[in-house]
Amino acid sequence: MTQTRTVSRNKLFGIPLPAGHTGVDLIISALRIIIVALIIIGAGNTLLEGRFTFEQWLALLFAGLAQGSIYALIALGYTLVYGILRMINFAHGDVFMAGAFTTVFLANSFRQSGFLDSQPLLAILILMGFAALVSMTVAVLLERIAYRPLRNAPRLVPLITAIGASFFIQYTFRGLFGSGFKAYPTVAFLRGTFSVGSINVPIAQLFVFVSAIVLMICLYWLVERTRIGKAMRSVSEDKEVATLMGVNIDLIIVFTFAIGGALAGAAGVINGLFRPQGVNFFMGFFPGIKAFTAAVLGGIGNIPGAMLGGMFLGVIEAIGPNLVLNGLGIPSANQLKDVIAFTMLVLVLIFRPQGILGERLSAEKA
Amino acid sequence: MSTLAANWRSVIRSGLIAGGVALYTALIGMLVAFDEREVVRNSFTLGQLLLVAPAVLVGWLSGRQSTQVPAGQRLLRGLVAGLVTSLPLLALMFVSSVVNLRTVLINVDRDLVRLISFDHGVGLSGALMLAGALGVSGILGAFVHLIPARLRHALLTALAWMLGAGILGELVRQLLSQFLDREALSWFLRRDTLKPEPAALLFVVVLLADLFWSWFRETRGRREGPAPRALQFTRVGGLAVLLLLLPLLVGSAISDVLTNIGLYILMGLGLNIAVGLAGLFDLGYVTNFAVGAYTMGVLTSTGVLGIENKMGVTVFNFWLVLPVSLLVAMFTGFILALPVLRMRGDYLAIATLGFGEIIRLLALSDWLKPIIGGAQGVLFIPAPNFFGVELIGPQRLYYIILGACLLAVFVSSRLNNSRTGRQWMAIREDEDVASAMGINTARSKLLAFTISAATGGVAGAIFAAKLGTIFPTSFNLLVSVNVLSLIIIGGLGSLPGIIVGALFLVGLPELLREFDEFRLLLYGTLMVTMMLARPEGLWPSAVYQREVRRGEERAPPQAGEQAA
Repeated sequence: MTQTRTVSRNKLFGIPLPAGHTGVDLIISALRIIIVALIIIGAGNTLLEGRFTFEQWLALLFAGLAQGSIYALIALGYTLVYGILRMINFAHGDVFMAGAFTTVFLANSFRQSGFLDSQPLLAILILMGFAALVSMTVAVLLERIAYRPLRNAPRLVPLITAIGASFFIQYTFRGLFGSGFKAYPTVAFLRGTFSVGSINVPIAQLFVFVSAIVLMICLYWLVERTRIGKAMRSVSEDKEVATLMGVNIDLIIVFTFAIGGALAGAAGVINGLFRPQGVNFFMGFFPGIKAFTAAVLGGIGNIPGAMLGGMFLGVIEAIGPNLVLNGLGIPSANQLKDVIAFTMLVLVLIFRPQGILGERLSAEKA
Repeated sequence: MSTLAANWRSVIRSGLIAGGVALYTALIGMLVAFDEREVVRNSFTLGQLLLVAPAVLVGWLSGRQSTQVPAGQRLLRGLVAGLVTSLPLLALMFVSSVVNLRTVLINVDRDLVRLISFDHGVGLSGALMLAGALGVSGILGAFVHLIPARLRHALLTALAWMLGAGILGELVRQLLSQFLDREALSWFLRRDTLKPEPAALLFVVVLLADLFWSWFRETRGRREGPAPRALQFTRVGGLAVLLLLLPLLVGSAISDVLTNIGLYILMGLGLNIAVGLAGLFDLGYVTNFAVGAYTMGVLTSTGVLGIENKMGVTVFNFWLVLPVSLLVAMFTGFILALPVLRMRGDYLAIATLGFGEIIRLLALSDWLKPIIGGAQGVLFIPAPNFFGVELIGPQRLYYIILGACLLAVFVSSRLNNSRTGRQWMAIREDEDVASAMGINTARSKLLAFTISAATGGVAGAIFAAKLGTIFPTSFNLLVSVNVLSLIIIGGLGSLPGIIVGALFLVGLPELLREFDEFRLLLYGTLMVTMMLARPEGLWPSAVYQREVRRGEERAPPQAGEQAA
């Protein structure tokens, strides 16, 4: 970027721009101002009207944190893989689906045998373990069959493969288990609420939040404190040097995919128990995209960033429609929950591709 | 001795892989779904064909690997490979007789067992039938290598013709019914199924024709050099006449398929400018399609949402709105391109995917319902009117789409070889270098997005006029993915590739109804296998082929990376 810019090149519709600015810069700044203004106006209106009480906001916040924990768990898979291979594993949402969709049968048989009611915690642990295993298998196969041969290919090629693999996984599971929704059984102890003073938190939300935090602490320990975690970090830093230090790159990459897959599988069971709509073959698509947003939001390649980004996105998605869109006078704002998430995605990619915690990625990485 | 053992090991391994594929097709329900279609009446079904196909293929591969060994042993290898292929299915047969798998795997039912045991049921006879059939298929696959080359070519061509005519029986009936009466037609087909006699006749005719043709070519000698000018003119003229008469020749049902293919070709040509030429990986192409369709819908509809009822303006008709749709789509494309100009590769893909989803959700929302109808969509969009002739029905709409496609092909091919096209390709190959060479990358990319959007807008507008009603559900991510997969599978940056891709990926599933359910599975599989085996596509452009293959010359794959 050391080229000298001539004044004549930086014009917008023929009007010369200030030195050092391009037309695109100007447009992006204008966009930034418009968006900030819309958010302030919307939020201001809603708050001034006093449409929701403090307790309602708090309830939205907790719901957002619970949903965000699930995004965060999936986002970790994107971040781990990106950190090591610098590629977006577009099919990761479907890895999440694979675990959740397969485990629903086990969960229902646990319910029928009464195991789920007599030993709920143990049963849930087993379910999470099983789903983690399924998702791990899918993720490892994906790496082995689809991604490994393409490691040196031009950038678009693995991306196309990932999109293809995503559809392949979705429609394989559709073929295997059918296209209908299958509901996870309800677990009795998740139905109550937990109260502190006047604040009530549904236990299901607390359960999601706590289990996600536990899994993330495990992951953090694995990456920061163990030998294989050190190897992962070294591969992420510089593959060639890592090889010289005796790290088996293929093994580390497979391990990374496996860990990401296991987290996604566990998230699938948590999601299934938490949300009553049931699971089907397409359930991975939206959480996948949103988790990707979360990963970018936190700074892709950065593990604490993915956790933070997930929570943040969950909260914004829960509060945003009610706070901003309502205030702007848009009817049935909750329909546009996903629009908020996708807008968030686009905005993060435009304004802060390095994320909250990430360092500036060099052009070749981004 | 060790090479011999290795050979046998590879035979068994490929047999097991083929067996896995066969098991997979059984479990996802493909076998049973395809069993609905008889290829030749009372002889065999598409499902049976699919069942033995892996065994034939693996037999063929095993026979090919061992060129040094005597014929008997090659056939033996084919047999072993075929038998190994049957093992996973035998296991499935056994397990399904002990445990009820159907509660989890919905496709393991009585139909499947009936199919894979060739009506003999679970038990020894069924198992023997399955193993025997696949073993024989393996032998047949290996036997192909033992036939003399000329005869082999003729036999395979004849077989392909016969199977093609059988599988596409519906197409054959539609075509023949234009020329034959009911009586004559019933000699060929019963409903959509080829009868055995015409199948055998077709086989023999093609066989003889192919043999004659290869003899004829050999005695005449192959002519070298380009075809003379007169011949080229005849070819182009013939093609033009064929394209003009096509809807009259094939009838209404197939014309409908043709119009769908045409719309996808149109979108493919548009997306190709962004993805194929400029390397801008756009996963939200549906945005442009939706904008075009909604513009057409809202401006021409005679229903409550139409501008006619809202403002009393009645001047709008299809021909007036078509350029408006184009301009609106261009404008949206331009606006949406501005913020993403800085992004590259995967980030761009995800951001455009975000746009596509935002558009769909907005179209569905109650917020914009007063304008574009929300989930109820826009109804009563009139068909185009051409000097008093209402262009309703696929046979007439075909000509509009043909015209739009030809125009798009013309523009694309001119752009391909223009200064702008070369700038795009430079950006695709390396944006930094392109910028250093003095290309205004921002301007070039904006241009690519805008032109690409215009084509999508036109496709959307025609789509709206074709259907007469539009719903937000028609504008989902799958449209983008369909278009993207057809240009990738056809060959990025290649115009003939797009047409081949659209014929193959859009036409085939529409002609083969059983296929429709597995359409996206097919796309996914093709995209992955294409990228692994032939990343430049079916009909690649020369420049892109060089670019994709460049990496391989530089960095040969390491040992262990090749086996996939």
